[in-house]
Amino acid sequence: MIPFLIYVGIFVVAFFVVKAIAQRTAIADYGSLKTVTFGDESAVTPNRAASIISVLTIFLLWGMFTGSALLPKFLHAPGPFMGTGTFEYTASNGDETDTATVTVLVHPIDVETEAPEVAAGDGWAKDDSVAIGVWRSGLLRVDRNDELGRDEGVAVTEINGTAVSPGDSVDVGFGTVTISDKGTPNIIPAKGWQMEPIWLPAPEAVVQRIGEIASAGFRGSTLWEHLGYSLFRVVVGFFFGALVGIPLGYAMGLSNWFRGWFDPIVEFMRPVPPLALIPLVIIWAGIGETGKIILLFLAALWIMAIAARSGVSGVKISKVHAAYSLGASKAQIMRHVIVPNSLPEIFTGARVAMGVCWGTVVAAELVAAEQGAGMMIMVASKFQNTDIVIMGIILIGVIGFGIDMLMRYAEKLLVPWKGKG
Amino acid sequence: MSGLSIQNLSMRFDLPNGGHVQALQDVSLDLKAGELMSVLGPSGCGKTTLLNIVAGFLAPTSGVLELNGHRVTGPDAERGMVFQQGALFEWMSVRENVGFGPSMKGTPKKDKDDTVNHLLDVVGLQDFKEKAVYELSGGMQQRVALARCLANDPDVILMDEPLGALDALTREKMQSLVLKLWKETGKTIILITHSVEEALLLGERLLVMAPRPGRIHTEYRLPFAELGVGQDLREVKKHPEFAVKREEILGMIWDMEEEIMGRTEGEDA
Repeated sequence: MIPFLIYVGIFVVAFFVVKAIAQRTAIADYGSLKTVTFGDESAVTPNRAASIISVLTIFLLWGMFTGSALLPKFLHAPGPFMGTGTFEYTASNGDETDTATVTVLVHPIDVETEAPEVAAGDGWAKDDSVAIGVWRSGLLRVDRNDELGRDEGVAVTEINGTAVSPGDSVDVGFGTVTISDKGTPNIIPAKGWQMEPIWLPAPEAVVQRIGEIASAGFRGSTLWEHLGYSLFRVVVGFFFGALVGIPLGYAMGLSNWFRGWFDPIVEFMRPVPPLALIPLVIIWAGIGETGKIILLFLAALWIMAIAARSGVSGVKISKVHAAYSLGASKAQIMRHVIVPNSLPEIFTGARVAMGVCWGTVVAAELVAAEQGAGMMIMVASKFQNTDIVIMGIILIGVIGFGIDMLMRYAEKLLVPWKGKG
Repeated sequence: MSGLSIQNLSMRFDLPNGGHVQALQDVSLDLKAGELMSVLGPSGCGKTTLLNIVAGFLAPTSGVLELNGHRVTGPDAERGMVFQQGALFEWMSVRENVGFGPSMKGTPKKDKDDTVNHLLDVVGLQDFKEKAVYELSGGMQQRVALARCLANDPDVILMDEPLGALDALTREKMQSLVLKLWKETGKTIILITHSVEEALLLGERLLVMAPRPGRIHTEYRLPFAELGVGQDLREVKKHPEFAVKREEILGMIWDMEEEIMGRTEGEDA
């Protein structure tokens, strides 16, 4: 809730700040002179400042609530208690009452720490000490070292002077102490607002993990091998999908018989999510490379076939007529008119197919794989290696985005006439 | 025998609902080589159907169509076509578009380049030859279409409302260009248009067609195309005969339109 409120706060504040700055340095371009902007789609362009602040805000919040070392300390959300705290308990068996001090040392989880040594103190209730990992809690049988214990009918009656009975909690400054049903104090040091690294590691931990896995590898393969395997499967699967799908689409666009024959198959297979085919492909082809490539082939095939088909059907008849009356033969019309005319559609299809393939390969690797980006995050999640999981998700996202950018760039370069007919 | 001969051409096709359409009925005409003919008529009179049959894109249900003494059975480079718009190949440059016909025929590169350069000079697009066609204005695109058609050196040029999508000023300039090209190349040209003025200006012969069934209604022989060659077309329009003919033809087409409307309303009732 609090992170969400901070997020909304930054959104609103940044809006007014950017607006104020923009007004001071306004350029009188054409757009700024428009009086009607609400509902004018062309007047709505992404505000680049907003984009930058948006990304920074995500990292800021991430850093704040993980106690990132990249942020100055004052920006951190309150962290968990660390260090030494004490509280007093009073034990009594009805007649006799004595008080002793408990020293609690809260230490980082990854550092093995012994309970600090303390003097026993006076009276029959002796002083205790305990070491508790940060974000953890600990039950402490305070009477174990006392001269009179639970067996003698002694119970903890007060914590820091506050009368307690089983089930009660007392704030002891560095956390709370709760009396269990059996009368044992349960020490819960304050957890603060930060996330424990096993739920959400700090950004620098994720970056460090990328470095580690890039050099040392994960499960017998380096990071690049994992990502490379995933990409290899996508490229090979897509390649075969296009190799079969494009000629199939052309045939469907040019011949009634092909159209009629393959229409039911294509129209049926198109809405089947490739993920639904994973179990069948595993049954038939196993979890190795063959199975993955068959799956991606199937994912790309229908998309490419439909793209090629609509590319052929989309050719303006006047272009074909013009080519015929300029003396072109059927083969020449195919090569010089129908193919170039369908390329923009095929590129759009290829972009969609690459995106679908990338999503499918990750999902297929989640299910079963020896290597791959999906396998990496799946295995890491089983060991609660959240940093690897987050790293994997980020890399998968970056690669997916990169594939899309690359396809767009190729499209611009290779079919500049797209949408200009 | 040189020229285009159309005898008793009829075109009738069935509709899915069991009815049929008589798009053309008994159309006969002879066009000598080098004649410029414009075709005018209300929508649905079959003028585009006629043009498509001459181009070879449609087969008539009956009748004979001959060019220079041989039957026309399909599209061929001897009959070039200029479309309204959007028939250029946007994946090719202006130069490649104009050189498309010669390329398909396998003309040697040097000859092809000479033809293309000459035609680009004629239509005034020499400076744009490496541009993509979608970078040109509508008028320029139609000039490319004309040049592309001429590059193939066809016997007959068929124009299907080639200037229909242009603005009024560009249209006038293009009309002059069409006249100039007709005179210089001596091609047989059939031009379909919706504009009565254009039909008067760009037709030695003017064919008015009537709908339902599509047929030839009236044919005129006009002096304006000859007058317009090398002259400002606005001067031609001032010719007293021009206004008379324009009113006469407009009245004729209005009557046809009203007849159609009346018939449609009658069917509805």
